[in-house]
Amino acid sequence: MKQQPILKVADLSKSFGGVHAVNGVGFELQPGETLGIIGPNGSGKSTLINLITGFVKPDSGKVIFRGQDITGAPPFKIVTSGIARSFQMARSFSSMPVYKNLIVPLYSARARKLKGGQYGDRDETAIHLLEEVGFERDSSVPYKLAGSLPHGYVKRLELARCLALDPEIIILDELFSGMSMSEVASILPLLERINEEGKTLIMVEHRLRELFRVVNRAIVLNFGTKIAEGTPEEVVAVQEVRDAYLGSETEDA
Amino acid sequence: MANVSYRKERIDRGIKARTDDIFAIASLQETLYLLFPRLLLIVPLVVFPLLQGIIGAYWETVFLIALVVTLLALSWDLLASVGLVSLGQALFYGVGGYFTAFLSNYLGLPPLISIPLATVSGASVCTLLLYPVLRLRGVYFGLITFAIPLLLMRTIEATKILGGTEGISGLAPLPGLTVELYVMVAIAFVGVFGLRRLIDTDYGLVLRAIRDNDRSVEAGGINVPWYKAQAVFIAALPATFAGAFIAHHYQVVGMSAFALDYSVLPLTAVVIGGPGSFAGALLGAFVLVPLSETLRQFGTLRVVIYSVILLIFVVGLPEGIFRFAQRKYQQFERLVPMEEVAKE
Amino acid sequence: MEASVLLYGLVNSAVLMLTALGFSLTFGLSGVANFAHGSLYLAAGFIAWMILHYLGLPFMLSVVLTIIIVGILGAAMYRYILMPVRGIALSEVIATFAVGVAILEFFRWAGFVTYDFNLPSFVKGGVEIAGVDVDYQRVIIIGIGAGLAALLWYFSHKTKIGLALRGMAQDEYTALSLGIDSDWAAAISVGLGAALAAVAGLAILPLGLISINIGYDVLLIALAVTVLGGLESTTGLMVGSLILGFASVITANYLGPQWSEVVYLVAIVVVLAIKPSGLFGKFKELEERV
Repeated sequence: MKQQPILKVADLSKSFGGVHAVNGVGFELQPGETLGIIGPNGSGKSTLINLITGFVKPDSGKVIFRGQDITGAPPFKIVTSGIARSFQMARSFSSMPVYKNLIVPLYSARARKLKGGQYGDRDETAIHLLEEVGFERDSSVPYKLAGSLPHGYVKRLELARCLALDPEIIILDELFSGMSMSEVASILPLLERINEEGKTLIMVEHRLRELFRVVNRAIVLNFGTKIAEGTPEEVVAVQEVRDAYLGSETEDA
Repeated sequence: MANVSYRKERIDRGIKARTDDIFAIASLQETLYLLFPRLLLIVPLVVFPLLQGIIGAYWETVFLIALVVTLLALSWDLLASVGLVSLGQALFYGVGGYFTAFLSNYLGLPPLISIPLATVSGASVCTLLLYPVLRLRGVYFGLITFAIPLLLMRTIEATKILGGTEGISGLAPLPGLTVELYVMVAIAFVGVFGLRRLIDTDYGLVLRAIRDNDRSVEAGGINVPWYKAQAVFIAALPATFAGAFIAHHYQVVGMSAFALDYSVLPLTAVVIGGPGSFAGALLGAFVLVPLSETLRQFGTLRVVIYSVILLIFVVGLPEGIFRFAQRKYQQFERLVPMEEVAKE
Repeated sequence: MEASVLLYGLVNSAVLMLTALGFSLTFGLSGVANFAHGSLYLAAGFIAWMILHYLGLPFMLSVVLTIIIVGILGAAMYRYILMPVRGIALSEVIATFAVGVAILEFFRWAGFVTYDFNLPSFVKGGVEIAGVDVDYQRVIIIGIGAGLAALLWYFSHKTKIGLALRGMAQDEYTALSLGIDSDWAAAISVGLGAALAAVAGLAILPLGLISINIGYDVLLIALAVTVLGGLESTTGLMVGSLILGFASVITANYLGPQWSEVVYLVAIVVVLAIKPSGLFGKFKELEERV
């Protein structure tokens, strides 16, 4: 007996100047599930994320979130309804202290309804969130200018921004890229815990070994089309996937 | 020890660190340290309007113009804090002027009502007009704000609408120069200190974040165009006010209200004073306007001179006078050999 | 009546396109909004005039020299003024604007305000087309406009250097990693834009007297055309100039010449309300690149 899916993506397409970046991709997601999106560079993963989160308007197709059609809605509305995302090319608000970066999501209409999103609580909530994503407590890092943060920290700041919104779905676009092995290792338990708390996770990732520790299902994109879907083991077993992606990956490594 | 290079180190002065918290009021010296720069700003502005007998009405009027430029510059600075570069402050200025002329002449409202009404309605109209551009990034806002007032001017000149080149005259007068100066000084203070406060609140933080990285702000669940529109409205207020006020001061408003001067002067003032601090806008206006008056004998060469000043500041001293002075006041500098730092 | 509207509409459109071409090219290739555009246009007129009157060089040589000098001026402006503030849009705009105002007001101060200043036409005389008298200069302007537009399209879409420049405007980091020197490329594009401003000045200024305020007007017209058509778009530039060119001739003809000024304002306000990025603009909103 299946539940109502929390997110339903149907036949989503987008082309840029004649190139089909995403071509008829669809999938469903149950609440609390963890989904990985993998594929070679330029296979349309980031565009798919942008289409779901409203940063790019699709040419055709539908995105249904909890039974509501959110196709092509402005990004902030989609965030407000409960889908938060991180960016592959993460950039902080470089002219302000790190913890002040989190005031922005905490000031949003969604976060203001939460505990800790009220005026006067926000600074403390921000520090707490930073600690949660692995900024050392009592260190001076949260008070430094965000522009001076190393890349791995900026990524974690992105994750903290998602958490600040207390969303139902978190979409992480290559969170691990630019992180060291040990940084990834320290983030993995957090992701598992977030998932256990009932949040649905979608992760776009290149580092499959780490990804497969978190997700229980994956879809594979190539040239904007979905070429496989299933558990990590099933996906890796598909010959087409090996040809398109994993083959070249092993050659590189 | 082959190549010892030096870097400049800046350290807060002890007194700056001590005066950072509330206990500063316990010591006279520290209280004075805090008060001195503020008084340096406030006292001359409060005293100057009283000196009319000594320095004459001409320089009092120059003072009034400096206050007008201050308000336009404050408006510019707030827009810049959200990442909107305005090249047409004259738009707000002119709209304020023409609105109050309409309210005063056709509806017969007294200045006490027509000026505030023109301020608010003018700011609303400007915001509506500019709203579509706010979704676009980059220099687009600058291009549009530059073009619209100049095109308005040409339209008024060619078609004789809104009184044509003559303008609309016969506006109700204001009660006299001293009162006018004090009203403007009060508004300028409210502008400087109010905006400084505003930009430090969480709301102001969101506005500054939009300038840094609008995409992340949107991903934080915030309606970016709507916040930008609010910023444009707030920023338009001091500028439309200045336009309306001056229209009543001269009792006439003409198409020269849309002239390039009212776009270039505030811009130059902020660049000289230092953007992002609002106090810099005030400082810049009070450096620039009297300077431009003393250079009047050089004819249009003075425009060349302040273009060059503008260039020097933009390229050479982008932080502006205010931040420069603030740094000198709060910190001392010394050269540190790099290795010493490495050892620490 | 109709033939003259058609012909003068065409001339007017060509004038607008030539006027805006340099500004649009520089912006499209390097992202620099060159607010000194109008000043360079006017400076070309004065430089050519000085070369003709003080050095007495032949006309065609003076033209070529002027274009080269102004082009170098543009590139030098990039190298010595814009490069230190590269990437800070605000400072770029203010800096070019300050240079522009300084040039114009310098000429005003130096006394270039009398009625002595005019440039000779390329070819004297005129011709009758479909019962309408047109002087050769206006025909030549149409020719130059069409020729340059075609050439530029070819340059920026087909030649290696043009593609490199466009690539840089799209994504500076990637271009850098591909070995394109972005400062060199930007200097070239600002210089090219300046040279085009000179071409426009030399072709259009002979139609009347040279006066300082033309410098401001040219910048304004260039902005209006590019904003209407859409920044970064060559097609937009052409369509924008055709619309504005014909619209102002038609309004001047049927409503009276004073109304042609209104056309620009109305066009900008309408395009803002309907499609703020301009008719053919693909200006980025919050999109992330693929």
